[in-house]
Amino acid sequence: MAEWWEGFWLTYNTVVYGVGVNALLALSIYLTLSCGLLSMANAAFMGIGAYAAALISMQTDLSFPVALAASAALPALVAMLIGIPTLRLSGVYLAMATLGFGEVVRVSVINLEFTGGPMGLNGIPPKTEFWHIVLILALTLYCLARLRRSKIGRAFEAIKEDEIAARLMGVNVARYKLLAFVLGAIIAGLAGGLNAHYTFTIGPNNYGFDHAVDILTMAVFGGTSTLIGPTLGAAILTLLPEALRDLNNYRLAVNGLILILVILYLPQGLWDPRRIRAFWQKRREQRTAGKVI
Amino acid sequence: MLQFDHVSKNFGGLQVLQDVSFSVPQGGIFGLIGPNGAGKTTVFNLITGLIRKSGGAITFNGNALDGVAPHKITRLGIARTFQNIRVFKEMTLLQNVVVGMHDQLDYGVAGVLLNLASFRQAEERARERALELLSWVRLEHKAHALADSLSYGEQRKLEFARALATNPKLLLLDEPVAGMNPSEKTELMAEMINIKQRGFSIFLIEHDMRFVMGLCDQIAVLNFGKIIAQGGPDEIKNNPEVIEAYLGKEEAA
Repeated sequence: MAEWWEGFWLTYNTVVYGVGVNALLALSIYLTLSCGLLSMANAAFMGIGAYAAALISMQTDLSFPVALAASAALPALVAMLIGIPTLRLSGVYLAMATLGFGEVVRVSVINLEFTGGPMGLNGIPPKTEFWHIVLILALTLYCLARLRRSKIGRAFEAIKEDEIAARLMGVNVARYKLLAFVLGAIIAGLAGGLNAHYTFTIGPNNYGFDHAVDILTMAVFGGTSTLIGPTLGAAILTLLPEALRDLNNYRLAVNGLILILVILYLPQGLWDPRRIRAFWQKRREQRTAGKVI
Repeated sequence: MLQFDHVSKNFGGLQVLQDVSFSVPQGGIFGLIGPNGAGKTTVFNLITGLIRKSGGAITFNGNALDGVAPHKITRLGIARTFQNIRVFKEMTLLQNVVVGMHDQLDYGVAGVLLNLASFRQAEERARERALELLSWVRLEHKAHALADSLSYGEQRKLEFARALATNPKLLLLDEPVAGMNPSEKTELMAEMINIKQRGFSIFLIEHDMRFVMGLCDQIAVLNFGKIIAQGGPDEIKNNPEVIEAYLGKEEAA
């Protein structure tokens, strides 16, 4: 058993780590979505966090917590700077602007010297341990769950449903949008910092358009009305390619097919509390009806 | 308490309001009436800071409402409802009303994250107050239902309760009975008198003359962006200019 576990862990530990990191990313985009913002900047924020943490670990003697703190702080700062002008946009226009920002980050990283250019950074010390990811994911889930129950969570939801009504209820809409954007950047940055310290190498193309879309897909696939949805979506979409490994070349096609089916038949995502409640209610009704007969 | 002094508003070349002056007194119900397209909703949008005026002055209890952001105007004590209802449909009634208390909940982030007593007590008080406001409009039995499940008339009443949650001194109601059947209208009229008797001042926009006449203490009439008459219901009813605006001019026989 112990031997089996060791072998399994050696082969699959990065997959398990990936589930945690992707869950963080899905939660980061859930946060902006819960405020009605379609922001596609989270992959870029992840990249900024990853590079900041990796550079600190490679070029200084500072400890891992310091590197992780930087992977949260730098994206937060950048989010504040670009959030103030871009968050006036809504809908697809914001999506376009944030995608543009992502490209700016990617191209900058390619052309800068200290980021290693197109080759990226190699030989990042493997400092991320399983419990780091579990701890940060648990803390994130806890904080987000607390926020949801407070006036902050209600303000986000009110903004998502009707911005004008929210404003006239005394909600400072611009400030709360910026808050959601910056918090999302912090979570994505932390995910980047953790990710960089178990992959050994990072490059500018890890954080481009493809990844921005992947992050959105995970959140939408899981469902964005609760915290469980994005976490579940990230876990399934990370594990699915591994589970389908036997299909060899058809793996990605089947992966895509499953995605399409879920979006078609479960438009609210896998975890839709209202549908689940309705399902149980129906079963209960059927059971009581059965008793009468 | 609310004062319009020679206010004008134009959208490009279109003069929507010209030299509009009136004052809404404290207490009672003030009505602004006028045919469709007269500029009534523009008046509300100016007051609540959603659009900027082109000229003149708007003051509320001595504060100039010039360039003040909408959420700050709410803090000054003005709340409103909308002609096309804007309740938060995916929230419960209770949550809708508690959003209106956003500014009164003054706990910090530590209180939220650590679930401190300050946070729990403030939330509990807000919930109790919200239930009380819902009972004012007789919706407390549906407090935990989604706003989406309410009928049109009930959604209006929920909007009232939500607006009252901001603790307003002045309540702006934009065509509160639009699209309602006569029994719903009578019911809503009773709610408004109720709210007025609790000490809130009400400023309402309406084009249903009969409804306004029975309810308002003071009425101003807006036509093509200008105030054409102002006074008590009886004065307005017999004003020839108002009759002309509503019914058209009588042809000389």
